[in-house]
Amino acid sequence: MTEAGGSSPLVKLEAVNKHFGALHVLKDIDLSVARGEVVVVIGPSGGGKSTLCRTINRLETIDTGSITFDDQRLPEEGKALAKLRSEVGMVFQSFNLFSHKTIMENVTLGPIKVRGVSRQQAEQRGLELLERVGIASQAAKYPAQLSGGQQQRVAIARALAMDPKMILFDEPTSALDPEMVQEVLDVMIGLARDGMTMLVVTHEMGFARRAANRVVFMADGQIVEQGDPDEFFTTPRTDRARDFLSKILTH
Amino acid sequence: MDDLIKYAPDLAAGFLVNVKLSLVSSVLALILGTVLVSMRVSPTPVLRAAGTVYVNVVRNTPLTLVLAFSALGLSDTLGLTFSEEPSTNGFWLVVLGLSAYTATFVAEALRAGINTVPLGQAEAARAIGLTFLQSLRMIILPQAFRAVVGPLGSVIIAMIKNTTVAVAAGYLAESAFVMKDTFDDTGVSIPIFIGLALAFMAITLPVGFFTGWLSRRLAVVR
Repeated sequence: MTEAGGSSPLVKLEAVNKHFGALHVLKDIDLSVARGEVVVVIGPSGGGKSTLCRTINRLETIDTGSITFDDQRLPEEGKALAKLRSEVGMVFQSFNLFSHKTIMENVTLGPIKVRGVSRQQAEQRGLELLERVGIASQAAKYPAQLSGGQQQRVAIARALAMDPKMILFDEPTSALDPEMVQEVLDVMIGLARDGMTMLVVTHEMGFARRAANRVVFMADGQIVEQGDPDEFFTTPRTDRARDFLSKILTH
Repeated sequence: MDDLIKYAPDLAAGFLVNVKLSLVSSVLALILGTVLVSMRVSPTPVLRAAGTVYVNVVRNTPLTLVLAFSALGLSDTLGLTFSEEPSTNGFWLVVLGLSAYTATFVAEALRAGINTVPLGQAEAARAIGLTFLQSLRMIILPQAFRAVVGPLGSVIIAMIKNTTVAVAAGYLAESAFVMKDTFDDTGVSIPIFIGLALAFMAITLPVGFFTGWLSRRLAVVR
């Protein structure tokens, strides 16, 4: 593990369990993410990767165990939870931009309504962020007028606008047409280089190899294996990981 | 035809009451309906239950009973009065009953609208730190309203026509009662029937056209 400067981890999950009815989706998960670390979570569908990602900002509740963020246990509800969420950015598989608001409004809503930033300041910062992800010229459009890749880049700008301590990416490129995947990955790689703490659920091996500090392999609700990306992809230690990699790397 | 012309001023005064009842009640019904649907989708079980009970009880009670309860129960028995002036008091009791009743239909239309908003919208709203009320007000309800402008138009049209049963609250100023009252003097007059029906259509048809146009204009593109 790469713990930056020996400080406490930003996120720490301990013995986390969760069920969906009879299905045990997270089994005794222990995981910590250091400040500035980029962790990629991969594994077969239904293995609990997305659920794990969503527990960190409590879009999913957990049954047992504990999750701390920035040395504080996750609040259960109310204003404290809203505040926590404002510090953890999230990028969804299906973008989830606010359909009835313009691109600029999508990016400025959080800063204005949650942080109390003035509209003028929020728009100035919003424009900077949209420039950073290459969409500044589309600021007045509505989400449906943009391509999937553009929408996902706006979603990243919306997360960044809150100046989060961390960003969660829940399969950010899975719903994209193949030719749009790279433009989103490029933005994510840029973020990783700038030192953003990231937890990324993805199947993009290229991203994992280029940007991740650590790969976590999950299957059947458990963390089966984790380690350095290059090591993991070339010499996985477990049969389960070898089996999974052989399936996704052969086609 | 002569009857229609002769009684036109009385009927027009009555019809104006229908229009006033409609205007005030539709505003209140939209507000109360929004509050009710907010209760029904809130994370607080008590509010959810209260909203559900209210909607199911009031929506399934005949409007004439709701109006009678407003006048006889709330006003006469429990002493709720809006004004010392009987006609003003009667007006507001009808508004109370009519908007309390119509609000349940508004709430149900809006709930259908909320169901058209993808779950991801609410998740994204929560993920940037909006509270439940903020996400409801800024993200969910605006999209829900746009989805059900047409059905809300139908609710309002039904409510405009429902102003003609105000007599159930003992309120005798609106046009349908004036018409029946007139018939007692003159015998039934087909032109008056038709004239009054046309007057209602002159309001309800534009409401229908307007909300239809608005729903196309405001449709959220996904």
